[in-house]
Amino acid sequence: MVLAAAGWMTVVILVLIMIMLFVEGLPILAVTNPFSFLFTSQWYPVSDPPVFGILSLIIGSLMITATALVIAIPLGIGAAAFLAEIAPPPVREAIKPVIELLSGIPSIVLGFIGFLLLAPAIQRIFNLDSGLNGLTAGILLAFMCLPTIVSISEDALSAVPREYKEASLALGATRWQTIYRVLIPAARPGIVASVMLGMGRAIGETMTVLMVSGGRLAIPSFITDPMSAMTGRIAIEINNAVFGGLQYQALFAIGIVLFLITFAINLVADLVLEKQRRRYA
Amino acid sequence: MSIVNLTMTENRTVPVVFEENVAVKMRSQAVSLFYDKVEALKEVTLPILANRITAIIGPSGCGKSSYLRLFNRMNDLIWNAKVKGQVYLDEEALYDPKIDVVELRKRVGMVFQKPNPFPMSVFDNVAYGPRLHGAKEMGGLSEIVERCLRQAALWEEVKDKLKGSAFALSGGQQQRLCIARVLAVGPEVILLDEPCSALDPASTMRIEDLMQELKVNYTLAIVTHNMQQAGRASDYTAYLLMGELIEFGPTKSLFTYPRDKRTEDYLTGRWG
Ligand SMILES: Nc1ncnc2c1ncn2[C@@H]1O[C@H](COP(=O)(O)OP(=O)(O)OP(=O)(O)O)[C@@H](O)[C@H]1O
Ligand SMILES: [Mg+2]
Repeated sequence: MVLAAAGWMTVVILVLIMIMLFVEGLPILAVTNPFSFLFTSQWYPVSDPPVFGILSLIIGSLMITATALVIAIPLGIGAAAFLAEIAPPPVREAIKPVIELLSGIPSIVLGFIGFLLLAPAIQRIFNLDSGLNGLTAGILLAFMCLPTIVSISEDALSAVPREYKEASLALGATRWQTIYRVLIPAARPGIVASVMLGMGRAIGETMTVLMVSGGRLAIPSFITDPMSAMTGRIAIEINNAVFGGLQYQALFAIGIVLFLITFAINLVADLVLEKQRRRYA
Repeated sequence: MSIVNLTMTENRTVPVVFEENVAVKMRSQAVSLFYDKVEALKEVTLPILANRITAIIGPSGCGKSSYLRLFNRMNDLIWNAKVKGQVYLDEEALYDPKIDVVELRKRVGMVFQKPNPFPMSVFDNVAYGPRLHGAKEMGGLSEIVERCLRQAALWEEVKDKLKGSAFALSGGQQQRLCIARVLAVGPEVILLDEPCSALDPASTMRIEDLMQELKVNYTLAIVTHNMQQAGRASDYTAYLLMGELIEFGPTKSLFTYPRDKRTEDYLTGRWG
């Protein structure tokens, strides 16, 4: 009874948030059409007349997220395969909680570490004017989505019946051949879902990105350029925006775009995970 | 027939009768196996004769699977298992650090209790081993697949469903598919761990017939719970009890004149 009430409460609150997002954000379409909002890159929210084009923010978000995934996917799946198939059980039991604990590090702490240690290193390695750029943000985000990818992929790999593994090894396959040819294909839906969820986290992440991505408002050409992401922009500007004004509406409209992207990603991830569950049911 | 005394432990030998002029393909020499501190096999010494079918029987939990898995080193997967003693394939020591386990498993194939085809097509299941070991799609892979499916007496039933999922086959067909998959690697020895326990009597008969055909070219060792099966389908039988080899000999003489009281009790159902 109480649980059901709590469940419904959550749903109601979520729906209210969604309604608010759309009510506050959609009116911006009165001054700018959806096309120029999404696909132009001039962002002058307080000039007269104001211009709202978020293309550079979208591209910034995508570049940072893509960098994070390029790093996190091979590392995450490799670590998951190691934990599920190679590490002896005591090692696995010791490492898994540590990885899950990693996801509990507050993002501001990671951002701080990135600002103090990673950014200077990146600046030196690539010989840049500033270490605050898309690459630094992407690397930090990779660390943020790694725990999700590792732990869900590991579950998916461990759920593959051990008969497959034994059959493959008994045919003279090496451990890596077995992982690569039998186990990963059999666990593919779960692995895909883990990547989707990790990606959702990366796209929605604000603090880290804000601290280390450099904050430049132009379409970036290289990953080592300073850039802005959608989340960070909202966080920076929302304090100065006049309540109910155009800038305020435009920031909410960015929120709608973010919401739609993460919603789509989570939906796909759910569908894929459901498929994995049915597979060995 | 000749009699050889196999030494198990210092104070215990088991007289063994076997044919003269038959090569010993594999053998275990005083092998003990420990799971942590628990001794699951106790100094087992036993020959597996070439081109014969050797059955390993015994009550549940006596160590039959553990014993069989010594011969292709599948116990390596069990991280707390420790092996003492030595196992030989053609007089080559398998538990020597220099041994390439992957190579060994190509020479000694294994069929499991529960049919375990991969979640792939019938064709890809049989082609799995050859592909691993470098067979090319163009270089006669489909000939290999067809030959092995024929050898496993499955070709006629699946020749129109090669691209279909292996899971669409019946349990008995899946088990013969697993045998075909092993044959495709070109092994010398085939280990079968209760291959018929999940099958109906008709499928069981087909597998037993198949084993008789295979022994012309391969050496077979089969673990079975089913005494009638051991009696029908094997040339030699080893009786294990609580990790100890109690008796070994030609199946006919072991079943008709067991020399050990404990074997007799087990065969007549008075065990336990
Ligand atoms: N991974 C393991 N860890 C610890 N003990 C094990 C392990 N595998 C098997 N054992 C123990 O070793 C003994 C022999 O097991 P094994 O599976 O070889 O018996 P079996 O004769 O094949 O039995 P069954 O007829 O039921 O298949 C049993 O007592 C079992 O509990
Ligand atoms: Mg067994």
